[in-house]
Amino acid sequence: MRSPRFDATVLTLGFAFLYIPIIILIVYSFNASRLVTVWGGFSLNWYSTMWSNQGLMDAAWVTARVGLLSATLGTILGTLAALALTRYSRFPGRMAFSGMIYAPLVMPEVITGLSLLLLFVAIGIDRGFWTVTIAHTTFTMCYVAIVVQSRLLTFDRSLEEAALDLGCPPVKTFFKITLPLIFPAVIAGWMLAFTLSLDDLVIASFNTGPGATTLPIKIYSQVRLGVTPEINAICTILIGLVTLGVIAASLTTKRTEIKRIRDEHLAVRGAAAS
Amino acid sequence: MTNVAETNPATNAAINAGGPSWTRWLVVAVPYVWLLLFFVAPFLIILKISFSDTAISIPPYTPTFKGFGALGDFFSQLDFENYIFLTEDPLYIWSYLSSLRIAAISTLLLLLIGYPMALAMARAPTSIRPTLVMLVILPFWTSFLIRVYAWIGILKPDGLLTLLLQTVGLMGPDQQVQIFRTDYAVFIGIVYSYLPFMVLPLYSALEKMDNSLLEAASDLGCPPWKAFWKITFPLSLPGVIAGSMICFIPITGEFVIPDLLGGADTLMIGKTLWTEFFGNRDWPLASAVAVILLIMLVVPIMIFQNQQKKVA
Repeated sequence: MRSPRFDATVLTLGFAFLYIPIIILIVYSFNASRLVTVWGGFSLNWYSTMWSNQGLMDAAWVTARVGLLSATLGTILGTLAALALTRYSRFPGRMAFSGMIYAPLVMPEVITGLSLLLLFVAIGIDRGFWTVTIAHTTFTMCYVAIVVQSRLLTFDRSLEEAALDLGCPPVKTFFKITLPLIFPAVIAGWMLAFTLSLDDLVIASFNTGPGATTLPIKIYSQVRLGVTPEINAICTILIGLVTLGVIAASLTTKRTEIKRIRDEHLAVRGAAAS
Repeated sequence: MTNVAETNPATNAAINAGGPSWTRWLVVAVPYVWLLLFFVAPFLIILKISFSDTAISIPPYTPTFKGFGALGDFFSQLDFENYIFLTEDPLYIWSYLSSLRIAAISTLLLLLIGYPMALAMARAPTSIRPTLVMLVILPFWTSFLIRVYAWIGILKPDGLLTLLLQTVGLMGPDQQVQIFRTDYAVFIGIVYSYLPFMVLPLYSALEKMDNSLLEAASDLGCPPWKAFWKITFPLSLPGVIAGSMICFIPITGEFVIPDLLGGADTLMIGKTLWTEFFGNRDWPLASAVAVILLIMLVVPIMIFQNQQKKVA
């Protein structure tokens, strides 16, 4: 059970399973042949067809706008929710509130999507860009809340206490001390929210309307018609963007994390010296 | 300012409050109201519409319930027609049962594959652990739809798996892999898509474990496999429960995977709901399907929430 060779085999097989399908998908986006099983040589043909596909480009633009807006709104609401959960131990309906934060994480998307749509119809809002954005904000804010909450729980409160003791107003303390310290988590939450929005098919399908076709909806309708290298090309670009984003985020997080620890040490030492 | 000065003597109270009463109020109220409006209210509406009659109009239903004043009216007009219909047509009952079966089998498969991976990660040298975690998380950031799509090209009869098996000689040139559009393809797709969700909670439970316990067991002559079942596994149970719930609940309502990889006979309730809504445009019936799915998932969701609260 403890043999390192067993562990190495398990990890190799596991990661092969996770990565080989994605690698195949990327490789075949450069295939000159239209057939999946025939390698017709290297070609960028599918990228240029994709570029000139107006419907696809429109969908990409809608998706980017929905993603940016809903991730930003979701991050603000999620950060507030995380503060409410960690800083206020007592307020009416706190149990229900934490329930509302955790439930959307596991709620089947068909239920969330359908119920929100019925709300929009009931209050007479036309479906389109805004309804998709509201829907995405609602489920992404819960993910942000969880990410930020875990940072707030391991947070050194003495810095905040010091600022408050020295007469800094609470709101200013939040922006000067708390927010900079939890910022890596807030950024990570935003990134997560953005990719979740970029990725969502089911909730968007229920809540979309004319002129608000998102990229996953577009890709889904093409996938139903069959596998084509053009879809592989779009997917490859999306994978590339997300991978770059994640790597960039993890590098900046690491750097700010190191800086944060150093700053905290300095602050503590300064406090001790005075 | 005055507010702060007043609360300052009781420092702790000031910090827990985090500010004057209106900021405190706002921090809680804004996300709270948003969730009440866009998460809770929709469930009340779905419940209401599930008791409505189907009508050919937009929205395609006649509300049973008009205005919040007439509660008595509401109960007298309740229409169980949709629910009765659900029990009468075996399609729905089979969809529910089949969803639960597929979710249960998939969760078990995920545990069988995810546990050894998480264990191997937790036992890896500390220096490479962050890289391993990153490698598990990265596919999670990639679109669900893209990852499911990747399997179509592999599994379809004239796809890459057939090509591979033919090239290796395990299959004749006229034979083809018959996995695509069957339940097997659905299991592959689910396990592939949900593996990171299973591995990460298991890993965080296993990583926290105190190794001296295993050393003590081995010093006292306990064989490794017994030590695993007596020490490692029981200690990792919170991770097992969290991972299983995070996978089981959404899989039950899964739509994309059975739709793209499953066959016509792959019954899953998420697919049935989708067809009812987009295909037959029967919104009240789709709502009733959703309400029953939600009721089925209440217990797993509560287990999940208790687990999360313990962790937090």
